[in-house]
Amino acid sequence: MAALRRYLPHVVLAAGAFVMLLPFYWMFLTSIRSPAEIFSVSLWPIPEKFAALDNYSRAASQVPMLRFMMNGVIVCFGILIVQVLTAVPAAYALAKLRFPGRKLLLTLVIAALTVPIQALALPLFVGLAKAQLLNTYFAMMMPFLLSVFAIFLFNQSFRSYPDEIIEAARMDGFSELEICFRLVLRGSLPSLAAFSVFSLVAHWNDLYWPMIVVTDTNLAPPPLGMLFFADVESGANYGALMAGATIITAPMVVCFLLARKHFIAGITMTGVK
Amino acid sequence: MARRGLFFVAPAVLLMLAIYIIPMLVLAVFSVTDYQLGAMSTSFVGLDNFRKAFSDPVFLRALWNTVLYAVIVIPAGVILALGVALLVYNRKRSRGFWEIAYFLPVTATLVAMATVFQFLLHPSLGPVNAAIKWFGFEPVGFLSNPSLLIPTMAIIGIWQVLGFNMVLFLAGLTAIPKDLHEAVRLDGAKNPIDRFLTVTLPMLGPTMMFVIVTTSISAFKVFETVAVLTKGRSGSEVLLFALYLEGFEYSNTGYAAALTLIFLAIVLVLSIGQTVHMDRKVHY
Repeated sequence: MAALRRYLPHVVLAAGAFVMLLPFYWMFLTSIRSPAEIFSVSLWPIPEKFAALDNYSRAASQVPMLRFMMNGVIVCFGILIVQVLTAVPAAYALAKLRFPGRKLLLTLVIAALTVPIQALALPLFVGLAKAQLLNTYFAMMMPFLLSVFAIFLFNQSFRSYPDEIIEAARMDGFSELEICFRLVLRGSLPSLAAFSVFSLVAHWNDLYWPMIVVTDTNLAPPPLGMLFFADVESGANYGALMAGATIITAPMVVCFLLARKHFIAGITMTGVK
Repeated sequence: MARRGLFFVAPAVLLMLAIYIIPMLVLAVFSVTDYQLGAMSTSFVGLDNFRKAFSDPVFLRALWNTVLYAVIVIPAGVILALGVALLVYNRKRSRGFWEIAYFLPVTATLVAMATVFQFLLHPSLGPVNAAIKWFGFEPVGFLSNPSLLIPTMAIIGIWQVLGFNMVLFLAGLTAIPKDLHEAVRLDGAKNPIDRFLTVTLPMLGPTMMFVIVTTSISAFKVFETVAVLTKGRSGSEVLLFALYLEGFEYSNTGYAAALTLIFLAIVLVLSIGQTVHMDRKVHY
C-alpha cells in the first residue's frame, strides 16, 4: 500500500507523458526511417535502415524549407524589434510622464488587449490589397507592429522604477530617450526577455494571418510552408513530411529546452493578455 | 513635459489608429453593406448580413461545431491540467522533467504537429489504430468519419492546451501558504481528498477562473487543426474557418464582416469574465 502510494503518481504521470510525447517521438522516428518500414507500424526506436538523409533532403528539395525558416526569422525579429521600439517609449510616457490624453490612451490600450487579430484581419487585408502590398514582408508584420500587450506589460513594470533616479539623470543631462532605453528599460530586463519569448513563439507559430496575405511560396513563414508542403506531398511520403515537420518544430523546442524558465514565463504571459 | 510625453507616445498612437481604431470602424461599415472586394458597386443592406448569418446553414453548423469543440476542450483541458499540476507539484527531484514533458506541446508549431497527428491517427499506418486493432477492436476513422472530426480535433486541442494550463495551476499552487494545509490537518482533515476540497480548491479559485476563461477563448479560436486536417470539409466547419473562407477565399467582404463582429462579440463576452476577475479577484 505504501509502495503503491509512493509510485502511483509517477505511473500516472508517466502514462500521461507518454501520450504528450508520442507525437514528437513518432515524428522524429518516421523522419529517419525508410518508406518501407513506415508500413510496418512499429514503435521500435532503431530503424532497420537509416533513411534520414533521404527524407530530410527530400523535404528540403520539394519545397524551400530553409527559405521558410529564413522568412520566419525575418518576420519574427522584424516584428519584435518594432514592437519594442514603439511600445517601450509609450509605456515609459504612460508610467512616468504627464501629458494630455494619458488616461484615454491607457483605456484604449486595455480595450485593445481584448481584440484578437482575427477580428482586424478583414479590414487590414482590404487595406493592404488596395495598397498593392499583399505578398510582402511588410504585410506579414503590419498588424503586429504595435503590441498593446507590450505597452501594458512595460507600463506595469516601469511604474516601479524610482523617480529619484530619473530626476537625477535629468540633472546630469541625460536625454529623455537615454533615460527610457538605457536606465528604465535596463531595470526591466526580465520583462523584456519574457515578452521577447512570447512574441517570437506567437509569430513563429502563427498561421492565420500569413495564410491571408501570402500566396507566394517564397515568402511563406514555417507554418504556411508546412501547409504547402503537406499539400504537395498529400500523404504520399510520410518520411519526408515528418522530416519537414521536425525541421519546423525544432527551433522552438530546442529554445524551450535551453531556456525553460524564460519560456514558461513568456508563454504563460499570454494568459494575462 | 507634455510635449515630450506626446512625442514618446506618437508612434504607438499612430499605429493604434492604423491597426485598431480605423479597421474597427471600417469593419462596422462593411458589415452593413454587400461589399465584395473588387466589386464595382456596393450598397447599404442594413442588418441583412446578420439576418443571413443566422439562417445560413453553413455558419450555424460552424457555430455549433465550435461550441461542441469548446464543450469538450474546456472541462477536459482544465480538469486534466489540474490533476497533472497536483501530481507534478509534489514531486521533488523529477518535477523539472514532468514540466518539460507536459509543456513541450505548447511550444511546438501546431501546424506541423497536426500533420503528425494525421499520421498517428491514420487508419492503417498509424500506431493508434494499430493499438486499437491489437486490442481486438475495429479501427476508428478519426479523420474520415464526419461525426468524429470535432472530437478528434478536440483531443489535439486538449493535448496542446494541457501544459499551458498546468503551468498556470502550478503558479496558483505555489501561492497557497504551506501552513494552511498543516492547520487543516490538525483540525482533523486527515484525508488528502478532504484537504484538497477544503483548502486547495477554494484557494485556487482565481487561478481556476482565469484558466477557464483563457481556455474558452482559445477554444473559440480553433483554426490550425481544421486548416491542416480537413480544410473545413463537412462535419468540421468551425467559426474562424468559416470566417476565413467567406472573407478571404470567396471575397464576401460585407458578409464576412458581419461574421467577424459575431465572433468578436463571443470573444468579448468571454474576456469580460476575465477583466472582471482581474479587477476584483475571486474571493475565497
